[in-house]
Amino acid sequence: MSEPLLSVKGLKVHFPVATGKLFGEKPVVRAVDGVDFTLNKGETLGIVGESGCGKSTTGNAILGLAPVTEGAIHFDGRNVAALTGRERQALWRDLQVVFQDPVSALDPKRTIGQSIAEPLAIHGVGKADRRARVDELMELVGLRAGQRDRYPNELSGGQRQRVVIARALALEPRVVICDEAVSALDVSIQSQVLNLLLRLQRDLGLSYLFISHDLSVVRHIADRIAVMYLGTVVEEAPTDALFARPLHPYTEALLSAVPIPDPRAERAKTARPLQGDVPNPMEMPPGCPFVARCPLREAGCDVIRPAPVEVAPGHRLACHVREREITGASALDTTG
Amino acid sequence: MAEAKTLDIRNLSIGVGEHSVVDGVDFSIGQREIVALVGESGSGKSLTALSIMGLLSGSVRQTDGTATLEGEQLDLGNDTAMQKLRGTSLSMIFQEPVASLNPLLSVGAQVAESLIVHGRATKADAWDRAVGMLRDVGIPAPEQRARQLPSELSGGMCQRVMIASALIAEPRLLIADEPTTALDVTIQAQILHLMRRLRDETDTSVLIITHDMGVVASVADRVCVMYGGRIVEQAEVHELFAAPRHPYTKLLLATIPRMDGARKTELFSISGMVPDVSAWPEGCRFRTRCPLATDHCASRPPLEPVGEGNDHVTACWHSDKVEGLA
Repeated sequence: MSEPLLSVKGLKVHFPVATGKLFGEKPVVRAVDGVDFTLNKGETLGIVGESGCGKSTTGNAILGLAPVTEGAIHFDGRNVAALTGRERQALWRDLQVVFQDPVSALDPKRTIGQSIAEPLAIHGVGKADRRARVDELMELVGLRAGQRDRYPNELSGGQRQRVVIARALALEPRVVICDEAVSALDVSIQSQVLNLLLRLQRDLGLSYLFISHDLSVVRHIADRIAVMYLGTVVEEAPTDALFARPLHPYTEALLSAVPIPDPRAERAKTARPLQGDVPNPMEMPPGCPFVARCPLREAGCDVIRPAPVEVAPGHRLACHVREREITGASALDTTG
Repeated sequence: MAEAKTLDIRNLSIGVGEHSVVDGVDFSIGQREIVALVGESGSGKSLTALSIMGLLSGSVRQTDGTATLEGEQLDLGNDTAMQKLRGTSLSMIFQEPVASLNPLLSVGAQVAESLIVHGRATKADAWDRAVGMLRDVGIPAPEQRARQLPSELSGGMCQRVMIASALIAEPRLLIADEPTTALDVTIQAQILHLMRRLRDETDTSVLIITHDMGVVASVADRVCVMYGGRIVEQAEVHELFAAPRHPYTKLLLATIPRMDGARKTELFSISGMVPDVSAWPEGCRFRTRCPLATDHCASRPPLEPVGEGNDHVTACWHSDKVEGLA
């Protein structure tokens, strides 16, 4: 198999917490605490999880917007941390991001055309070429050429997100990180933008790292999904396998919590909702991060951190109890 | 005669400046019923809810219509009269529980507040009832939690506190505006479960405002679909999902990615966007985006019963052709 386009190994992002005390050990929030994944060319990897699970921080670390405490990020075979300034700028051509809120992502005093042209100007594309490229990009994302001189406040939310996507594509990136890219949009607009992302991927061979809390959206667009909880990936699998047979108890709870837009199916659900809240990340247990809410918890789960194990092709799982059910043994047995 | 409806809204209309943003809305809520007002941004659903609470302000005014609560007409424009009802007969919870709570007051005191303000209990009695209410909405160790500040509680816990403070006075009607939109999905499931339990165990009726068809399917008994400041369809929840008769409802349901549908395929989408309030077309307001639109749609379709009985109503000249869409 060919080299993955993007690979993340043992990624940790720890933020110190201000305590107001001058001396003594500073507590840290382990926002991302040992994450591994790869992204291949033309593929979409979904990252799902609830607030505070570290999914956005993971994306930010790849973009250089969050400090990497430990671990390595490789893009196209090269270690991102070792890049020189010039190489790093070249990386920005290949790696772009679309955030949730198209309103704050666009400068209200610039026209749509100016916003889309900005990265082209920064990377030294001449004026005449810029104009032609902006027209091309606007057509690509389904904006009318007549909208080039409009301002963001004259556009709808869906159109603004198209502008943000056009700008992200201006330098022909290979990977686009979509961080809750359709979450702020109305459903009728959301489906238009999802269709656009799928079409662009087909036509341009893009890879997406698609970060979202919305499981039905991620299911639709992603080839593989990583489920995060408290800074770790608890399960990763091809999309169909994950939905057909979620193995981690958190994945199971997450999937069954999504309200189905069909009253008969929704009311026939028998699973009791997952109890409790996500614990404070500063009080992370040494063992499994899900232990406090886990219905399958056994002695030892709160002490030994489960390592991800491949239990089926491409299906990785970090759960002692389920691992034992599938493979016949787990770290709980060997040390206990 | 049938018992009085908990809430009955007739011809409610709201204007912002010279524009009409809610136009002739009629609906009612029966006892122990959960009714959902569903629509996208700009549909007028939240303004409808705020007006029932008497909370419109600034350039947003009620321009027409009446509201009655258990047969008594509400004087929506009279803030003094409405203030007496808010926190007693009428309660409301909002999308952002953390922002809606006072950061400097213990959550127990906030839950007890409406009983004390309206002179319905002594301080000590109100505190005990507040702790009991916190327990009822599923907050563990309520005696300790009641003494904590909102910042010491998670978002899901704060929404439970909001619900507890809204319910402590045993209101006739609880209005919940996007109550789970800001919450994580596993917490949302807990809150929806709680709302269903409240409907079954108390006499409170609920009006829930949401954009999420999954939430509607989960808790509503009856659904009003809003578009462009009007109700375009209203039906019992199973009927609405199984056999929608307004093209907007039908297409809206078809655009949602399904947990069991085909993946990576083109999703159905509604062309265009919701027009600005200053540019709403004459007649049916959906007609500029509607695949069934004809010249007839330039005149306003009335909200009329479809099928048997009077429970399912829709405002469309072509409701008989909706089934073939999408």
